[in-house]
Amino acid sequence: MGQKSIIPFGPQHPVLPEPLHLDLVVEDEVVLEAIPQIGFVHRGLERLVQKKDYNQFVYVAERICGICAFGHSMGYAETIERLMGVEIPKRAEYLRVIWHELSRIHSHILWLGLAADAFGHESLFMHCWRLRERILDLFEKTTGGRVIFSVVKVGGVFRDIDKSQLDEFNHVLEGIKDEYSQIVNAFLNEPSVRNRTYGVGVLSSEDAHNLSMVGPFARASAVNYDVRMLGNGAYGDLSDFQPILSNNCDCYARMEVRAAEVVQSIEIIKELSARIPDGEIAVPVKGSPAFGSEACNVLEQPRGECYYFAKGNGTKYLDRMRMRTPTSQNLAGMAVALKGCDVADVNMIVLTIDPCISCTER
Amino acid sequence: MGVFKLGKMTFGSLFKKPETVLYPIETKPQPAGLKGHIEIDVSTCILCGLCEKSCPTDCITVDKATSTWSTNPFACIQCGYCVTVCPKKSLSMLPGYHVANTVKDRVVATVPEKAKPAKKADVAKAPEPAKADEPAKVVEPAKSADHAKPAAEAKAAEAASLEQGELRIDAELEAKLALMSDESAAKVRAALQAGK
Ligand code: SF4
Ligand code: SF4
Repeated sequence: MGQKSIIPFGPQHPVLPEPLHLDLVVEDEVVLEAIPQIGFVHRGLERLVQKKDYNQFVYVAERICGICAFGHSMGYAETIERLMGVEIPKRAEYLRVIWHELSRIHSHILWLGLAADAFGHESLFMHCWRLRERILDLFEKTTGGRVIFSVVKVGGVFRDIDKSQLDEFNHVLEGIKDEYSQIVNAFLNEPSVRNRTYGVGVLSSEDAHNLSMVGPFARASAVNYDVRMLGNGAYGDLSDFQPILSNNCDCYARMEVRAAEVVQSIEIIKELSARIPDGEIAVPVKGSPAFGSEACNVLEQPRGECYYFAKGNGTKYLDRMRMRTPTSQNLAGMAVALKGCDVADVNMIVLTIDPCISCTER
Repeated sequence: MGVFKLGKMTFGSLFKKPETVLYPIETKPQPAGLKGHIEIDVSTCILCGLCEKSCPTDCITVDKATSTWSTNPFACIQCGYCVTVCPKKSLSMLPGYHVANTVKDRVVATVPEKAKPAKKADVAKAPEPAKADEPAKVVEPAKSADHAKPAAEAKAAEAASLEQGELRIDAELEAKLALMSDESAAKVRAALQAGK
């Protein structure tokens, strides 16, 4: 019987793209408890809503996170549109969803690369990020930015994607499918990868329900919840949408779910670009949110459900803007999944919730 | 289940052209719509100051007194909001990133005075009005040596114009300050105080 000791993990650790600190209570190389601590990159962006008007805040919102940047600007704009009762044109809804799904693809491929890096498979990491470049190039061509796009505004979008560009989207996405399936094959079937992930960091379906886990982390524990199935915006026009679930509840399942979601997103883009309606891409928005008006909104970010709340006060500055990000929700489940694991597996488990600490701290 | 699932791909990449380029000798082509930098067409700008007010990072300064429009390219986040609010469509977002520099210089553009209706002629009383037929001139970022010069000139010009018509400018400024955030308003006030 060994002696209990505490090993600090992070905020600076090779596996962490962002600062998260864990106090690991360890006995005999087994983690008994993990106590997470955040607060290293707090930027006070929610407070900024009182200094930047509701139009300017779109650009602040999309800088909350570098990976789900588009999602945050879309979620924020949708919230303000609800707050002010603005209905945006159908084409703008479709364009937003197409870009949003494209950023889900880029986010998941990025994550797969990071996961490969975490278990030490360098070439797999390189191949993932090489594929991700193709997606970033598509963004660059249509929005003018690679990671931060600034194409969403309250009332619609700034730029249109024309027919030829939509065709290019589908062409490129079809083109990466073959290479992508080889990569996924390596992730799911290679023994060296399987050994590191199979049965590691189990979060039971019951725990996932009770702790209100969201996103691929929850779906890997068979929680049938995906905001996209509520059918907000252009998601409502999809012929069929079924969340991707897994019953395995471990790191392997989380990889499996994310890998399949990329293919699902490619299909969504294909379907929406085939039936995108013509018309305006934005409506003019006049005035300010009414005094005491409140609105909330949910959006499926690559990492899970993100909740937005806004409160107006009659001026063009909002009274309050609140965002509850998927990672702040999933940290509780991560602490549970870490219980009883090997010290060597901690980095893998932490990574499989796809932590986005900048989002969480805003 | 066999090992080395990535074999085909890894072996194949031995014979392919590298995905990366030899930066900085080689660079990737920039697509037409790339958000690189902001450029102003001084021939149409009316110095209304809307871009200054709407910029989320407060990096644009419109100075009516000296007829200058300037931006800090190191603070600009390439959001393009100023482009959409400009009533005269004078601003445009073009490819080409601002290159790194050791000094955070501003890009200053001098707006030539335009023929205006008689009623409005006295509004912009710049101390040294540029000739109407003078070609539009975009001043490139000043070199580090004479970096402080435009700022000093601007200050002198501001002081001069303050003496000329203190009352009018105060009213105008007050209106502008009311639209700003408390912090930036306080900064402007402090700068004016120093100028006096
Ligand atoms: S660039 Fe446009 S918005 Fe800015 S001062 Fe000139 S006319 Fe006004
Ligand atoms: S692009 Fe955005 S940050 Fe840059 S000057 Fe225009 S409004 Fe300001």
